[in-house]
Amino acid sequence: MRFVDEFRDAEKARVLSARIAELCEPGRQYKFMEVCGGHTHTIYKHGLEDYLPETVSLVHGPGCPVCVIPMGRLDDAIAIAEEPEVIMTSFGDMMRVPGGRGSFFDSNAAGADIRMVYSPLDSLKIARQNPDKRVVFMAIGFETTAPSTAMTVLRAAAEGLSNFSIFCNHVTIIPAIKAILDSPDLRLDGFIGPGHVSTVIGCRPYEFIAREHGKPLVCAGFEPLDILQSVYMLMRQLREGRSEVENQYARVVPWNGNPKALRVIGETMELRPWFEWRGLGFISQSALQVREKYAAFDAERIFSVPGVRVADPKACQCGEVLKGVLKPWECKVFGTACTPETPIGTCMVSSEGACAAYYNFGRFTRERVKEATRA
Amino acid sequence: MADRADFAMVSVAGVKRVVNIGLLEDEELKAGDWILIHVGFALSKIDEEEAAHAIRMLEGMGQAYTDELIALAQSDLGVQP
Repeated sequence: MRFVDEFRDAEKARVLSARIAELCEPGRQYKFMEVCGGHTHTIYKHGLEDYLPETVSLVHGPGCPVCVIPMGRLDDAIAIAEEPEVIMTSFGDMMRVPGGRGSFFDSNAAGADIRMVYSPLDSLKIARQNPDKRVVFMAIGFETTAPSTAMTVLRAAAEGLSNFSIFCNHVTIIPAIKAILDSPDLRLDGFIGPGHVSTVIGCRPYEFIAREHGKPLVCAGFEPLDILQSVYMLMRQLREGRSEVENQYARVVPWNGNPKALRVIGETMELRPWFEWRGLGFISQSALQVREKYAAFDAERIFSVPGVRVADPKACQCGEVLKGVLKPWECKVFGTACTPETPIGTCMVSSEGACAAYYNFGRFTRERVKEATRA
Repeated sequence: MADRADFAMVSVAGVKRVVNIGLLEDEELKAGDWILIHVGFALSKIDEEEAAHAIRMLEGMGQAYTDELIALAQSDLGVQP
């Protein structure tokens, strides 16, 4: 496929690998965080760590939309789903996430009507087809997904649909990166910046990371060569003593993002004073809620939401994994009590979760296969 | 699509389906363009020139590397083995 196959060429990967190795300063360790869960998935699917020198390590960040939803919010969603005449709709990867009282799947089996959808527009269709039901869309995701939810709310308003609402759990990436930068547990040399979030917000919002924190950031695509080239670009910045925001994914990410997408988010949603993130705790102004003007489409105003707070299971170390402090295999329950079939934590559920990526692609070995030396 | 200006027919890995292009109203889209799709919405128009530029850069790196290897193989640094 175009724009995919060209960025998966093994020969070019070996060249990049050799170039990265050349940039390593003797005795120095490099640690880069890939913020986005999609990058984590690519790194393990293609075994990209095997193409990096031993001294360059990749740390997985908090950018998996499903992983950062706290258990309490899921329990709130299930409480809404159990109200009379409600059809709850959700993306598929949210269905197996365990809450304090089980998952959407469990709740569905117990009699609630919870349906998987591909797009929020599918929820709208279900609302049109079921005028006597109240259809709620479980809205999750970063700025990548928020515009789609916003467009759906605008369409519902234009059509005058009175039986459709969203349970808004959209989060924003910058406060999460700030929380990581302020965390004393982690020393990073730079960031592999989110790709698809950046199609919406552009590259400018990251400038404070380079300017104030002195860490380079490269917005990266999702194919193997994209990630390797981004690591190369980060290494070059470090070698040349620069700290800038660069855009490796210029074929998809415009420097100024997508103004229309930002407009529709701004029209329908506003920042919450605070929001709880799994693992990262409460972060101020880090999530979106529905604006008063669109209150008729806000499930939190329509239903009585319990506002449950549930502590994560003691055995689960998703929080440390999401902050990049622990590697998935360092968690005590990884691959034993916690597997994709019976997940304890969210990182084992979503395909973008670091634990699921490790588990599904069999990256159990700590030894790097020395691809770099084969070049 | 003629009857719905905010929707377009796209081919995704050979499968035809409809996507919402409302988020790209600031772009001039035409038949044959490549777009990035997320949950039924087109989020970004793929810039073919930027893609070609990235490929050229990667190929350039590969060529420089190959040239270096050839040069290394051909040189004895003036020392007879």
